[in-house]
Amino acid sequence: MKNPQLVNGLDWQVHPPFLHPPYTSTVKRAPQEPLIALPQSLAELTGPVFGEGDLEPLDNDLTRNGVVNGEPIGERIIVTGRVIDESGRPVPGALLEVWQANACGRYRHHKDQHDAPLDPNFTGTGRIITDQHGFYRLTTIRPGAYPWRNHENAWRPPHIHFSLFGRHFLQRLVTQMYFPGDPLLPLDPIFNGIPDENGRARLISHYAHDVTEPEWALGYRFDIVVCGPRETPFENKGE
Amino acid sequence: MASQSSSQTIGPFFHGALIRGKEHILISDQSEGERILIQGQLFDGDGHPVPDGMIEIWQADGRGFFNHPADPHRSQADPHFRGFGRAETTDGFTFYTIRPGIIPGHVVPFINVRIFARGMLIHAVTRIYFDDEKENENDPVLRLVPPHRRHTLLAVGEDGGRWPTFRFNIYLQGPRETVFFL
Repeated sequence: MKNPQLVNGLDWQVHPPFLHPPYTSTVKRAPQEPLIALPQSLAELTGPVFGEGDLEPLDNDLTRNGVVNGEPIGERIIVTGRVIDESGRPVPGALLEVWQANACGRYRHHKDQHDAPLDPNFTGTGRIITDQHGFYRLTTIRPGAYPWRNHENAWRPPHIHFSLFGRHFLQRLVTQMYFPGDPLLPLDPIFNGIPDENGRARLISHYAHDVTEPEWALGYRFDIVVCGPRETPFENKGE
Repeated sequence: MASQSSSQTIGPFFHGALIRGKEHILISDQSEGERILIQGQLFDGDGHPVPDGMIEIWQADGRGFFNHPADPHRSQADPHFRGFGRAETTDGFTFYTIRPGIIPGHVVPFINVRIFARGMLIHAVTRIYFDDEKENENDPVLRLVPPHRRHTLLAVGEDGGRWPTFRFNIYLQGPRETVFFL
């Protein structure tokens, strides 16, 4: 019997810690005992398998999947990219689930009390499965910034939440996509919970003129990297 | 080598995207194995329930097989059991599932668990073991855990109910902090 290929675990150089006091809600929700290394077994190297049967036809188009009586308000955008692992291999068949505020910075959620209008034609939710090369593409509305109560005059930079299932449960990731040039990013304790500058930069999408569609929508590129195969001492690390 | 994309919190508003079906029910009428309920609550360091979290579970089917390409026994896996469940924690969580079988090469059954919440920049990983399994003390992962903390990984059988019911509370911090894995 061939054992499944072992993978790198979470890279704590790039992932935020549990405890990040500037984000005040972490203080009472951060585990404090040392984490115990879990040997990788079949239970870790498997995970739910999703397919097109799990999707609805308009799941990848947030400008259409919530339409009731008209088009959603706001700046239409295209977000596309690739899911790859650390070795650069594409991750096909990855389920991406996205959610976001509307153009005014309001979520369709009963707990969101921000004094900004709801858009009756925008749910702000979608799902996509990556193709055989790891590519995905979705159409949506550029989300607005919104206030939150973490500290005085706190505002979340516009972002799209991404939830990802890869080949197995060790590739499970929930993250957020940000927009380039956003002045709120240096002020945001959630974004700045990422300890590494390159790690923060990786979550900022890039404007992509080749993705932009004339007379239609601006394009942004956002690639996501999940853990990859564990290197053995026999592989050439210099490459 | 590219570096991994960083985790970010799920935030408080994930329900519309992530809790849309009945994914806390892992079984259908055709699923094979012993039906069980797993009930629990997520708690913060003050002992208060966390109402805006999400629990995901991943487990083998009733005979210890995964419906996944990496499992050499996939062809024998129950086609009516995916093994994945998730639930939000507004009023605690309940999973309707199958008591997992023992994965070949393992000693006792268990369920892998991931915990997400507002206030967690990265998810936490734990496992559910069953308190009525006699071989738990021989499980190599449980043996990695300091003895006085092993009980935090045990789902405790409860009396009553139509199906066998196990309670598994998760404590993010504090004196009863659950064991979490790397």
